[in-house]
Amino acid sequence: MHGPKNLRKSSGDRLISRLSIDAAAIRRGGRLLFRGVSLQLAAGEACALTGPNGSGKTSLLRAVAGLVRLEAGDIGFGGVDPADARGELHLVGHADGLKAARTAREELAFWTRWGGGTEAGQRDAAEALELVPLLDLEVRRLSAGQRRRLALARMLAAPRPLWLLDEPLSPLDARWREGFGAIMRRHLDGGGMILAAVHDPLPVATRSLELSA
Amino acid sequence: MSRLGALVARETTLAWGRGGGPLVALGFYAGVATFLPLAIGPQHDRLAAIATGAAWVALALASLLSLERMFERDYEDGALDLLLLSPVPLELTCLVKCVGQWLATGAPLALASPVAAIALGASPALAPLIFACALLGGVAFAFVGGIGAALSLGARRGGLLTAVIVLPLFVPPVIFGGGALANFAGGLPWTGGVAFLGAYAAAAVAFGPLAMAAACRNALS
Repeated sequence: MHGPKNLRKSSGDRLISRLSIDAAAIRRGGRLLFRGVSLQLAAGEACALTGPNGSGKTSLLRAVAGLVRLEAGDIGFGGVDPADARGELHLVGHADGLKAARTAREELAFWTRWGGGTEAGQRDAAEALELVPLLDLEVRRLSAGQRRRLALARMLAAPRPLWLLDEPLSPLDARWREGFGAIMRRHLDGGGMILAAVHDPLPVATRSLELSA
Repeated sequence: MSRLGALVARETTLAWGRGGGPLVALGFYAGVATFLPLAIGPQHDRLAAIATGAAWVALALASLLSLERMFERDYEDGALDLLLLSPVPLELTCLVKCVGQWLATGAPLALASPVAAIALGASPALAPLIFACALLGGVAFAFVGGIGAALSLGARRGGLLTAVIVLPLFVPPVIFGGGALANFAGGLPWTGGVAFLGAYAAAAVAFGPLAMAAACRNALS
């Protein structure tokens, strides 16, 4: 199984151990989604982002990932350059980037290598999410929950300290909600950080930050 | 570097399957090359005079075919986001995408182009130069085409937009390559045209990825 020790990376890489969002504001399509949003996340902490549809949860996650520009405010990673921090975080959202015509194995293998993971990590991740019997299927044959598990397996296969999760639980059944809860707990125990946009409570202890529309 | 190796393999496989891949590009190419004698008339002299030029223009058109999906699929399904979350600069990722595009369409088309030109009546002695020009031209088409594909991300009917953006940029390689081939056939100095074609391809490789990366970032944010 996947343990905290795997968070260590090769020499020269600086791990991020802090996320600070300071008075952030985001404007999308001319509409101000929110402003003055601040959050401090230290190693081992998780935060649930809540708020109604359209309140900017996904945009905030994408801003942390460096994909969306802030209108105002600042996002810091404890002194690590934001360009370097991009290689230290995982983003799992509705658009999972999995190609329908490729097999689960091909996709997991590519994203593992792209994320800097190892073959052993890939194997462990497939086992942890019980994907082994599904690996030879094309992604299009997977159910929504299986597909989400494949997307989540990529995070375990290439360990990175910060997880940005957009509704990670929604397609998962009750058993896998618990199973993923255990995986999240292990990530946090190993010094990881989680920022998750959710409607249902996360199965781990979190702080929460509400965005209002 | 294992990251880039994995990316080259992924991009080539995806490009190979994109819009039918090389077979569709080759089929389209053969189709355009067959249309010309039907439209212009079967007289051998007349066809032979335009054979290399026609093969060259058909090559430029066939290179347009699968450009549309080069970035769009990754953009739509979220893979482009994840490709950005990496220590690999986006510019390098874009360069690899173009290499994949070239391997899947440019290289097979380059193999087919001497065949098409000779079938239209060009002298077989021209075949090596046609192949070389098509290889170089294919590089230029892939890298310049990538710019158009990245710029039209998020637009409705992006494929048409890509073609409109890219066709004017295809003009210089078409002129240089076509000129070199015509000069060679006429016994005139031809190396200058090939050199210009090479220079254009080199510039496209050098600057194309910068433009593509900027366009992708803009489309995502």
